[in-house]
Amino acid sequence: MPTYTMRVFRGDPSGGAFKDYRVESEEGMVVLDVIHRLQATQAPDLACRWNCKAGKCGSCSAEVNGKPRLMCMTRMNLFAEGETISVAPIRTFPIIRDLVTDVSYNYEKAKQIPPLRLKPPDPDGKYRMMQEDVDRPQEFHKCIECFLCQDVCHVIRDHDLKKSFAGPRFFIKVAGLAMHPLDTRERTEFVEKTAGIGLCNITKCCTEVCPEHIHITDNAIIPMKERMADNYDPVVWLLRKFRGQKKSSA
Amino acid sequence: MATSEYETHEHDVLVIGAGGAGLCAAIEAAASGVSVGLVCKSLLGKAHTVMAEGGIAAAMGNVWPEDNWQVHFRDTMRGGKMLNNWRMAQLHAQEAPERVLDLERWGALFDRTKDGLISQRDFGGHRYARLAHVGDRTGLEMIRTLQYHAIHQPIDVYMECKIERLMKDGERVSGAFGYWRNTGKFVLFKAKAVVIATGGVGKAWKVTSNSWEYTGDGQSLAFWAGADLIDMEFVQFHPTGMVWPPSVRGILVTESVRGDGGTLKNNTGEQFMFNYITEYFKGETADNIEEAERWYEDKKNNRRTPNLLPRDEVARAINTEIKAGRGSPHGGVFLDIASRRPADYIKKRLPSMYHQFKELADVDITRDPMEVGPTCHYIMGGVRVDADSTAATVPGLFAAGEAAGGMHGSNRLGGNSLSDLLVFGKRAGLHAALYAKNLGGQLRVDAGELEAVVRETLEPFSRPAGENPYAIQAELQDTMQELVCLIRTESEMIEALKRIEAFKARAKKVGVGGGRAYNPGWHTALDLKSLLTVAECCTKAALDRKESRGGHTRDDHPYTDDTWGTINVVLKQAGDGNVALRHEPLPQMPADLKALFQERK
Repeated sequence: MPTYTMRVFRGDPSGGAFKDYRVESEEGMVVLDVIHRLQATQAPDLACRWNCKAGKCGSCSAEVNGKPRLMCMTRMNLFAEGETISVAPIRTFPIIRDLVTDVSYNYEKAKQIPPLRLKPPDPDGKYRMMQEDVDRPQEFHKCIECFLCQDVCHVIRDHDLKKSFAGPRFFIKVAGLAMHPLDTRERTEFVEKTAGIGLCNITKCCTEVCPEHIHITDNAIIPMKERMADNYDPVVWLLRKFRGQKKSSA
Repeated sequence: MATSEYETHEHDVLVIGAGGAGLCAAIEAAASGVSVGLVCKSLLGKAHTVMAEGGIAAAMGNVWPEDNWQVHFRDTMRGGKMLNNWRMAQLHAQEAPERVLDLERWGALFDRTKDGLISQRDFGGHRYARLAHVGDRTGLEMIRTLQYHAIHQPIDVYMECKIERLMKDGERVSGAFGYWRNTGKFVLFKAKAVVIATGGVGKAWKVTSNSWEYTGDGQSLAFWAGADLIDMEFVQFHPTGMVWPPSVRGILVTESVRGDGGTLKNNTGEQFMFNYITEYFKGETADNIEEAERWYEDKKNNRRTPNLLPRDEVARAINTEIKAGRGSPHGGVFLDIASRRPADYIKKRLPSMYHQFKELADVDITRDPMEVGPTCHYIMGGVRVDADSTAATVPGLFAAGEAAGGMHGSNRLGGNSLSDLLVFGKRAGLHAALYAKNLGGQLRVDAGELEAVVRETLEPFSRPAGENPYAIQAELQDTMQELVCLIRTESEMIEALKRIEAFKARAKKVGVGGGRAYNPGWHTALDLKSLLTVAECCTKAALDRKESRGGHTRDDHPYTDDTWGTINVVLKQAGDGNVALRHEPLPQMPADLKALFQERK
């Protein structure tokens, strides 16, 4: 069995440091397995979040060798035997302990988003939506809320503009609502004023780290920015209205 | 203990668990105008519901107009080998379609039919294509929809909070006591009514599709508070979990693979399920490959493929094939959709499965078959509840979802869990709110009991060199896996009980180091108590039931016994803390529903 040195961050809001552990890894193991092995054998109080261990719940986000990843989907065979692998908490959010951070910012932003405002159903009481019309918002519904996109976003990470900026996770949430075939709410003002989409300068860092491969920038942020710009130009707005929303290439 | 050592919150209704059932209960209770608290062990939106893949079973008739609640009811009862609480199964079948539409009204985007309605897919044991779905990530859509609906309702959400014990005022429940995982500090919730919606017990087994949270908390909380548990012997081993590599063993492979055309094969390439059609399902199951293939397109003139027999049947068949040496290289069998459906279709219908196998096992399921084997997935048993109100046998206590028992009898059909959460989650919220509204007076909590819980909870810190909680948990999982698994026998279960007693003794000496803030060693130590309680309950009930039925197969009693078919095994905590077991007759189905089973064999 290959042995690795795991350099794991141990600490809390008062401070902390990386600590090295030697751990054996078996075939097929992911970083989360190794962390679990550490807990069971060497560091019982090592704090980390996890739930599904299959890339579906988005709990085990961390920065592995500096790269934001889900620990449950990061195979150990990605690394060379004997390599030192650093595991740190996602840096953008305040630390609680070890690999666990305070992500409550995201839950606060979630609350601000105006919910779906349904249009009335068809005369027979049913709602009808065509698959081709739900394909686009369905992409955004794949989000597992791992908050890796929030973690890497410069506006949040480097400029700490948390107050005036919702972040990529919530841009796709709003885009999903705006593209929902049954939604009747006007959302551009919210996107601009409350969510602060103007602060995003489309560096696509969010898209790059998305474990669900959602095209956050191309399919959500850019169309919303365009829609905002169009709002100021009545001719473009009208044209778009008749032609239908332009689909940006992924 | 000074009151300053814990904070107190007060609600009319406290819901424990924020998966599908808990969220539905909280939403409904809040809609009834009472004050609602919702406690969850993880962050909001991470509950195990998120893992559900296939879909929500509901006889909406969007794909097959012939479908209706009676057919769904019949399928559910037959799938549970008639041990289900008939009234729960009836309510479930009747109300599921409207609950799916609730989700749609709250923003869920299900896959569509050509007419723009909610599409429905085939699943095991269901006569018609009935599962409302979103690719193979239906649970994610469901929890996200409920979560985002709930945050706009007047509900106080308490995240990463673990309840250790229910509080009682005389006979009735008056709240719950627990700790914040972040800080380790204590918290008391006073509540007129408590809804248990904590999910299952799967972490008692080694090979499981369940997450760390599934430690039988709710069943144990109810049991310790004096409530009845029912049907605890019935544990569902999902036929298809991943088997390779070892670190992912047990992770779920959705039944949708078979619903969408995948087939099980042994190492000779044989579609072995045709050899395992039991007498019970003979009339409705295709006995040849040609008919099974035609069935996907024409359900009126053909019988269903045996690949979609109920889960207990398929799991046993796979187990037999593996034991007979016809398994795959890593101790499973093959699940093949690659040779049967186009790559684009597979990627569109089963995107998570494609992703999961590609990333975790280096297998491209559009080119190669998967290797799969049984994995512990679900417990049919749980807190005994009144069918209409979900009230447990202790006043003020309600239960819904996997934590409640009765609805699924001895075996649950795929897709019936998500619909169960919606139907009975809502009912639990409604009836808990009604109960709370009718309850006057002050809420009292027994200070002595509270202090005892505090002492017990902090004890592990006084023994830093005590027993390793992870080791006890792992040994318990090995024991249940080895001795109380898919196929059971008396001598092995007696041995299991012996070992469980020993684990209980060791758990009392468990020790943890470090502090109280976010300490997984401590959390694991505390979860041992409930895990051991449910393991013991399951084993005792399984030892008692001397027949084979659904999710309970006895090597030493291999046949289904009609006498046992009229009995529920009911468990209650005795005065000395031990498990007291009794038999109760199954509620009798009215004649009009009975008639549904005579029409067709």
